[in-house]
Amino acid sequence: MTMTVHVDIVSAEKEIFSGLAEMIFAPGELGELGISPRHAPLITKLNPGEVRVKVSENESYAFYISGGILEVQPHLVTILADTAIRAKDIDEALALDSKAKAEDALADKSGKIDYATAQAELAQAVMQLRTLDRLRKRGG
Amino acid sequence: MAVGKEIRTKIASIKNTQKITRAMEMVAASKMRKTKDRMQATRPYSIKIGKIIKHLAQANPEYKHPYLIVRDVKRVGIILVSSDRGLCGGLNSNLFRKTLSQLIEWDKANVAVDVCTIGSKASGFFSNLKVNLVGQVSKLGDAPRLQDIAGVIKIMLDAYEAGSIDELYVVSNEFVNTMTQRPIIEQLLPVVACELDETLNGHWDYIYEPDAKDVLDHLLNRFIESKVYQGLVENNACEQSARMVAMKSASDNAGNLISELQLIYNKARQAAITQEISEIVAGAAAV
Repeated sequence: MTMTVHVDIVSAEKEIFSGLAEMIFAPGELGELGISPRHAPLITKLNPGEVRVKVSENESYAFYISGGILEVQPHLVTILADTAIRAKDIDEALALDSKAKAEDALADKSGKIDYATAQAELAQAVMQLRTLDRLRKRGG
Repeated sequence: MAVGKEIRTKIASIKNTQKITRAMEMVAASKMRKTKDRMQATRPYSIKIGKIIKHLAQANPEYKHPYLIVRDVKRVGIILVSSDRGLCGGLNSNLFRKTLSQLIEWDKANVAVDVCTIGSKASGFFSNLKVNLVGQVSKLGDAPRLQDIAGVIKIMLDAYEAGSIDELYVVSNEFVNTMTQRPIIEQLLPVVACELDETLNGHWDYIYEPDAKDVLDHLLNRFIESKVYQGLVENNACEQSARMVAMKSASDNAGNLISELQLIYNKARQAAITQEISEIVAGAAAV
């Protein structure tokens, strides 16, 4: 009997995965992480990429996340996934946008796609494609 | 027959109104189910992030985050979550009444207020008042995304970090059940210390990657965002159920009105017929 650890993957909008696993692979900010049961307490930010949960020897699940936080307790691993790429400049743009809306609360302004948003969307699309590609290779 | 033409047109127009309210009731009922599901789907995240923050409070980080420090209150920020559309009973007006009484209290205590609004009803309400509106977002639809509201949250967090506001509140409706929604004012910043988890005793700390400050920053930001997002999603569920109830009672009222008018119409018609007959009889008797 191999050791397992409880894994919860949640995003702000829904629960993604919950169950026992033998090992978890996640794209940590300082490099790829592999978490086994009884890992020391750790908390880290995650980069956009693929989270892989190895449930048993021949069964594993992969999820694409756009960043988030990984918390490790000896018997519990929690991944708080972001649902969208959240770069600093995008947040800034969003903030400016809603500020502009407030200044002009009654007039209806049509949204424009700005460069930062487009770039981040592109980055996200590329990462999603890469994950898909890897999944396909593994499957086929 | 010219009798009761006004009444008949009145009945027809009420019937049309009833058709509309009934349709709106059914639409709201089906949307309510979806928004309720969405509300429940956001729960795991906020529970988990709450737990991690609790763990962090128990670990011994060498770094004290500004979001956890209580300051003297000179200016507060509120994020007011309302619906985009009306026709949902007293949902928004109850919320605004509660907000107003709180605003008056702050005014008495000489505390200035900055407001960010989510939803067009709230911005409409505050544009008539003399408050400092610093951010606004609306028309998010039934399935709002977190990044839609990230802008207004960032404005408030920046203001808090810069020291221009000392407390942050979110005002929204709490979904009690389909019939009841309750306006609540919840404090977001500074983060209120929560009770400790007994299962994790002893002296220990996380390994922080890259470092405590970075991770805490990120985590607390997400915590605030998830709170506001949950308020928004919950408010959506409230909106749909309030609309469903309001439209149901409107349809019922229309039904009552129609039957009353129908009775009046029938009586008037009968009176007219009776009068006509008696006129004919009287005429025949005179011949």
